[in-house]
Amino acid sequence: MNLTPSDIAAIALSIKIALTATAISLPLGFAVAGLIVFGKFRGKVLLEVLVNLPLTLPPVVIGYFLLLLLGRNGWAGTALKSVGIEIIFTWKAAVIASATVGFPLLVRSIRLGMESIDRQLLHASRSLGAPWLDTMATIVLPLSFRGMIAGSSLMFARSLGEFGATIIVAGNIPGLTQTIPLAIYDYASSPTGTSMALSLCLVSVILSVAILFLHEVVGKKLENGRAS
Amino acid sequence: MILHIDIEKQLGEFSLKMKSGISGERIGIFGTSGSGKSSLVHLIAGLMHPDSGELYLDDTCLYSGRKSINLSPEQRRIALVFQQSMLFSHLGVRANLLYGYKRCKPENRKITPEALTKILNLEHLLQRGAGNLSGGEKQRVALGRAVLANPRLLIMDEPLSALDDSLRYQIIPYLRSVSEEFRIPYLFISHSITEMQLMTDRVLVVKEGRISGVSTPDELARANMSVSPNGYMNLLRLKDPVMQEGLFHYPWGNGNLIVSYGRQEGESLFELSSRDIILFKKNPEAISARNLIECRVAEIFDSGGRKGVVLESGNQKLVAEIVRTAAEELEISTGATVFAAVKASSFRRLG
Repeated sequence: MNLTPSDIAAIALSIKIALTATAISLPLGFAVAGLIVFGKFRGKVLLEVLVNLPLTLPPVVIGYFLLLLLGRNGWAGTALKSVGIEIIFTWKAAVIASATVGFPLLVRSIRLGMESIDRQLLHASRSLGAPWLDTMATIVLPLSFRGMIAGSSLMFARSLGEFGATIIVAGNIPGLTQTIPLAIYDYASSPTGTSMALSLCLVSVILSVAILFLHEVVGKKLENGRAS
Repeated sequence: MILHIDIEKQLGEFSLKMKSGISGERIGIFGTSGSGKSSLVHLIAGLMHPDSGELYLDDTCLYSGRKSINLSPEQRRIALVFQQSMLFSHLGVRANLLYGYKRCKPENRKITPEALTKILNLEHLLQRGAGNLSGGEKQRVALGRAVLANPRLLIMDEPLSALDDSLRYQIIPYLRSVSEEFRIPYLFISHSITEMQLMTDRVLVVKEGRISGVSTPDELARANMSVSPNGYMNLLRLKDPVMQEGLFHYPWGNGNLIVSYGRQEGESLFELSSRDIILFKKNPEAISARNLIECRVAEIFDSGGRKGVVLESGNQKLVAEIVRTAAEELEISTGATVFAAVKASSFRRLG
């Protein structure tokens, strides 16, 4: 395997972006999944549509919307700039792009986990004196772990491969915002970049296999822990 | 405990209109599947909201549509024991037991974990995982968890129906301890008349979303004698048997009851169907049934198309079931003497 310093930087940045996007999305994903599964309110269908929208939209479209929102003339971009925070064309923009694109996958997995929880467990918790938030924290959260692990794995993997939205909001600046897919894109465009592109592809495969392994191992541990 | 119910709830096409007042420490809610028992439980526990009406537990208003009061489940302090144990699988036995206790205000903690584990015989289970218990153990831990929450009222929603017969009657003394040892009033929900007889003093009968009446368990058993598949179930607590020719001779009434499958040590609970008792006007010379008991007819009651005959021997009673024509042929009347024949194998030991 032949990796240049900028390739290694791209790998490290990809992992950093994927980890950050997953970490910041997890609490929000849990809350949104909880609202969808257990909430009774008007506009629930609209919330579901909004959450799932990034699944159906082309990533480039998502990237463009984010650019409009976070760019110099966007309302969020203007507000952030006034407090000295620059998002566009930084690694933070790549995190937001990854988080937006991967969020529906995360919510879907957590939701599946939550839907499999017997409602009587929640009733038992409430009748034992736990308020709703307490029940969410002490019963729903631990019993949704499997879904959260699955969702996190999916989101992490999706973030590693994120291209379309990232290139629009973060650009493709080696050492700054260039991730593995963007680096592969650069090599694929160059007549001498085949072996370098293949090396990065191999790294992607290794990372993906590692995530899947980790997911299985943690899932099995959770199952065994419950059985004993 | 005084429970005042006057609530309405529309559940799809099923309309629930419950109105009743009942007092007691061991109250049963009896009804067939789909009669609305579980919905009533959810409404009382605050897990479902009525459309209108009022619900009071003693002096506390749990729900009032008129006064816009609707206490949350945790404010009501009504703990639940379910058909399935519903233990939290991610927690061990100890953590399950303490779940409600930790959330109970210190001033309400009258039952301590130490006392509870001793009475419910849970000490040896404390270090185990919730998934590593037998069905009976799970239900005992679920009961302990609910009791340790120190509730004002405990609702047991068909807690025995997921257990097989042998376990079911081993658990009953523990369920009864809720009232006897811990002094917590309970609502016991079941479609089994035998369980009502063993667990309750007063019964709310629920039918098609309505409370159709309040009765004693014995009245309930009598009213259902002709329609119940096993008739009226006589429940007999017998002890100190003498073994003769492989049969158990238990002291009962003015003589003995001879039973095929008994137990020498301790007290045993037996059931005997009213349909397994044959009545004779005169003492028959010889019969194959091992029990021939001379009894006085204490009472005769109607149940559907049949007659229930309450037989008395000493201070003990049995209910026999006969058809009307048999009653006429026997010329049976209150105060008369009859002979009741019962096969030794007709007694079924429950626990």
